[in-house]
Amino acid sequence: MSNRRVKSLAIDEDDYDDFEDYDDDDDEDLSPEDKEQLRQGTIKVREALGSAFPSTDKEIHESLWHYYYDVGKTVTYLKSTASNTEAFIHLLTQSGQHKSPGTPAKTKKEEPTSKLSTSYCPTALPRTYQTDRGGHDGLQATISHKNADGDQEFTSSTIPSIQFSAAEFFKDCPWLRIPENRKAEILIEPLYPRLGLLGGASTGGKMSKLAALAAKRRQKEGERSESTATSSAESQDGYTARLNKLRISVDNRAKPVAGREADTPRKTGVGVRPDSEVTEQLNEQHRSEPSSDVGTVVSSDLSISVEPCIRGRPSPFASIMTSHDADIRLSASPDLLALGEIAKSFDFTEPSPDDVVRGAQNPKAATPAKAKAKEPAKAKSTGLAQGVQQLSVQETPKVKSKNIDVLAEYKKVKRKKAANFVVIGHVDAGKSTLMGRLLFDLKAVDERTMDKYRKEAERIGKGSFAFAWVLDQGTEERERGVTIDIATNKFETDKTNFTILDAPGHRDFVPNMIAGASQADFAVLVIDASTGNFESGLKGQTKEHALLVRSIGVQRIIVAVNKMDAVDWSQGRFEEISQQMSAFLTSAGFQSKNVTFVPCSGLEGGNILEKPSNPKASWYAGPTLVEELDQSEPSTYALDKPLRMTINDVFRGSMQNPLSVSGRIEAGNVQVGEHVVVMPSGERAQIRSLEVDDEPQDWAVAGQNVVINLTDIDPIHLKTGDVLCSGVSPILNVREFKAKVLAFDHITPMNIEVHKGRLHVPGRIGQLIGLLDKSTGTILKKKPKIVQPGSVVRVVVQLDQPVPLEAPSRVILRANGETVAAGLLE
Amino acid sequence: MRLIKRHLDDDGSGSVTLCPEEPEDMWHAYNLIRPRDLLTASAIRRVTTESSSTGSTASQRVHTNLTVRVKSVDFDPQAGQLHVSGQISRENRYTKIGQFHTLDLELQRNFTLEKQVEGSDGGEGWDSVARAQLEEAIDPARGTEAVAVVMQEGLANICFITQHMTVLRQRIDVSVPRKRTGAGRSTDHDKGLEKFFATVLDTLMRQLEGLMEGKDSSTNFPILLASPGFTASGFLKYINDTAASKGSKLLQDMAKRKAFVVVHSSSGHLHSLNEVLNSPEVLARLKDTKYARETALMDGFFAMLRKDDGRAWYGPKEVETAVEKGAVGRGGGVLLISHSLFRSQDIATRRRWVRLVDRVREVEGGEVRVLSSDHESGKRLEGLGGIAAILTFPIEEMDFDGEESDHPDNGSEAS
Repeated sequence: MSNRRVKSLAIDEDDYDDFEDYDDDDDEDLSPEDKEQLRQGTIKVREALGSAFPSTDKEIHESLWHYYYDVGKTVTYLKSTASNTEAFIHLLTQSGQHKSPGTPAKTKKEEPTSKLSTSYCPTALPRTYQTDRGGHDGLQATISHKNADGDQEFTSSTIPSIQFSAAEFFKDCPWLRIPENRKAEILIEPLYPRLGLLGGASTGGKMSKLAALAAKRRQKEGERSESTATSSAESQDGYTARLNKLRISVDNRAKPVAGREADTPRKTGVGVRPDSEVTEQLNEQHRSEPSSDVGTVVSSDLSISVEPCIRGRPSPFASIMTSHDADIRLSASPDLLALGEIAKSFDFTEPSPDDVVRGAQNPKAATPAKAKAKEPAKAKSTGLAQGVQQLSVQETPKVKSKNIDVLAEYKKVKRKKAANFVVIGHVDAGKSTLMGRLLFDLKAVDERTMDKYRKEAERIGKGSFAFAWVLDQGTEERERGVTIDIATNKFETDKTNFTILDAPGHRDFVPNMIAGASQADFAVLVIDASTGNFESGLKGQTKEHALLVRSIGVQRIIVAVNKMDAVDWSQGRFEEISQQMSAFLTSAGFQSKNVTFVPCSGLEGGNILEKPSNPKASWYAGPTLVEELDQSEPSTYALDKPLRMTINDVFRGSMQNPLSVSGRIEAGNVQVGEHVVVMPSGERAQIRSLEVDDEPQDWAVAGQNVVINLTDIDPIHLKTGDVLCSGVSPILNVREFKAKVLAFDHITPMNIEVHKGRLHVPGRIGQLIGLLDKSTGTILKKKPKIVQPGSVVRVVVQLDQPVPLEAPSRVILRANGETVAAGLLE
Repeated sequence: MRLIKRHLDDDGSGSVTLCPEEPEDMWHAYNLIRPRDLLTASAIRRVTTESSSTGSTASQRVHTNLTVRVKSVDFDPQAGQLHVSGQISRENRYTKIGQFHTLDLELQRNFTLEKQVEGSDGGEGWDSVARAQLEEAIDPARGTEAVAVVMQEGLANICFITQHMTVLRQRIDVSVPRKRTGAGRSTDHDKGLEKFFATVLDTLMRQLEGLMEGKDSSTNFPILLASPGFTASGFLKYINDTAASKGSKLLQDMAKRKAFVVVHSSSGHLHSLNEVLNSPEVLARLKDTKYARETALMDGFFAMLRKDDGRAWYGPKEVETAVEKGAVGRGGGVLLISHSLFRSQDIATRRRWVRLVDRVREVEGGEVRVLSSDHESGKRLEGLGGIAAILTFPIEEMDFDGEESDHPDNGSEAS
């Protein structure tokens, strides 16, 4: 029983509220006046019908109530019910149009009925139904359910005790020939006989509201599937899928009812729900299905209901009711865990039982559904199994891990190249403007937005900053015209998906630049070609940034010689800059084959996406900036190492995800449901969901930019610069480490800040262990008193607070706003 | 600290009675009180008496003056409290010799410190360094000279700068969301920053109120706001806005007086205070204070060191050798030494440094600067082993392989 309760938890509060609303319909709560009216009405109806008419008091009561004591209508209704199936359809229309006072839910449903009456007549039966057995089935069942529902309505509280073997019952059904392992899914035993819903009686009995509504909804579904889907085979799939959905929803909704000793009025309430709302909720519930085990069972159950069987066909509605019951029965199973295991053991890469059955039914429509959990968009269309699988993940209070073999999944998928690059350079070299231009040219920013920026920029007298505003989104950044923090933007070319990390050039924000560079595969160094500015840049951040990206481990650098328009696209100037820069970059440790020079103009847009239009630039025949970017080789990452991710940002993602962190995974892989440890706090958290490049995914690997939504952790424990790591082999906090560093400045024992990505902590160089030979690494001099710039030295760094660092990672040591050294942790 | 009575003999023994008036005085007392000294101060002690006839006990708390022979000194800079523990050395009504007691020195309560000259390995009494420290302690110019807020986005350190120490009063660490692309997302960042400013201002005001307690409102000290980028100026703007709209009287008063000074620093970590104190804005306001001088001194030393011409040396052994060779003498020789070295529990170690200081000052004729270990400059010096020297002539190579013991010892002792 506990099982049932657990499941009920997943149902939204709203659902309960809904049930409350429908309680108004409760027949049992009749007031004395109602009863009196009912009694008198019955007498009148009896008179009108004549004594020979085969209808019970109950039926009359029901219909009277239905028509709110309108004797005339009731009589017509009862007569028509008794006559034939057409009459039933007629009735449908009527019942739809009839207005029941007092219940808002009922008034809402009026609209769709007119449509119904036109489409739901036997002649206009959707073609798909006639070809599809399942659909045909559905039709008959709809007719039959009058009886079924009548019974249902009045007997559901008594639990039938008829027992029979499921295997025997279905023994001649083709889909029973499924492998042994999959058969385990079907745990539901007696379904139909329990409620006496079989038989497909077409005469006698009458139509309840519930039945009418169910039929109506079904019809609407059918209608919609017909209207949306073309005559292609897919429409059948769609129909069944929709039907499936419908069934789940009822199934889900029925659970709380079951929890409170199911009673009819509540079920009626289910049916009364306006259609649009139902669909909405359907989707919602589709997502919020609490765990995969329920879902799987439902899916297998579905296959049963779709199948024709010897004892007459159950209507879809009947199967709804029974599958719900099946679920209750299932929940009675004492062992929740075992159930979960069964569900988990199912290999979702295989076609689901559902698919097997459908395939057998209709070879045309059979599409082998591959469970690609990482492509949720596809999953929706490919069948319920995937949908269910997804459900189990998204909204549950405790997220279940799916134990995906991420590496295998990763290898399976062929994807587009992806590269991150950091844009660096001296302040006001035009980094942001160049990138803004690039994004604009590549249509990553639309014209309207751009116009808006232009206007706004001009209004505050900074017209030339319009392109930069694409990246400089902060209010302060715009006010001051300076990039402060890394801006991340995406664009794609034919070959590659790029992520721009636009770094600030100002010396105060070098820590931010370090954070950006540590996520980059290669760098674009932007240089201001205009006279004087290049020279001052070379002394300033052009130099520092280039050294930094190199020491962070970036190998390839594209030098964009910007503002060529300011020097009239002078070839001489370009070559002068190229020479000086390549000399410098080589000395900084870049291999000359990894350094390329591109002249361009961010403001004019020359040589970014297209060749410069300026005739003075005709001397240049090399590639444009974008072409040069496309040359990038994808980097490789340690996917199989334990997870490491430096947190770039902690923010409130949305209402659903109150705690999100973003960053680039440095090593290893991660998947939804996994437990991770946040260092240095050492707190555990669970991954609720994750997004790769703004797309929800089930897993991510090193090298990808992810947003991870966490749960089970207090935000206090999360800071930018913290490290997410795997719980199995977490990174350790250190207070002291040894590092081999290259000195950019004089090094003595001194106060420094240690930077690694977003992480930065104060500390001091405690000891200079020894001066090392650059090439061999042997100690030249022990305990030097002072280290000259350019030499390699092994130092001990003591930190003020313990932070997660491990060898071999690259660290940057800064003091007084200048980079003094960079090196490798040992 | 007020000097109540001084009685010092020529040989170095003697006693002084002092009255601490400010929390900073506790730091002076911390430097003055050494193990084996005799300290007399008022104390509250629980005395248990046993009735001789029945064996039943009764205990009571008594206020009494106790004299202890100091065993250890514990200083809490943030609370400004000094706990001195030792063995009672003078008997009185309630106590016996040899019982242990921890004296808590209190503001506005006199204490008497007596140092004795003992045998060859005993205490030196009032040596030159101790006398200098005493002079420094009773110097009336003092008090908090500045409040500094060293900050960056999401991090702020609020500290009080006094003549002799920098006390970190509060560290604020708030997570400010970064800017993200997407419409309206930059507001996250703005909101986060606003919240951060509000937290810092609240904390700052709380600290200032504590500081202003018992002082007249005319007390004037600058509040330095230091940060990289625009955080500090943004904070100042926030302060002015808040002062105008809903600020307390104190805040409005300070805003009116323009007590806030925005200074550039390269980071929000505490050791950037260094740059703050070196900035022209601050020097103009606070020149001739001890910490400004000390900071300048350390910068000078590092500049010398960079030249690597053999005239700047650091480390205990190196400096001792340099002094030995007479390099720290007249004409530019400067010995920089941290207070923390004199705080050594080991008398011999202290004596070693006192002798060195005496030698430089009296024999060599060099200049001696004792740097406060609780200032940023002192911390930088401590990084170098607590002692450094600028020489009058270059000494090229000094090899001390295997010598390793000195600075870790002293470093760890520094609070």
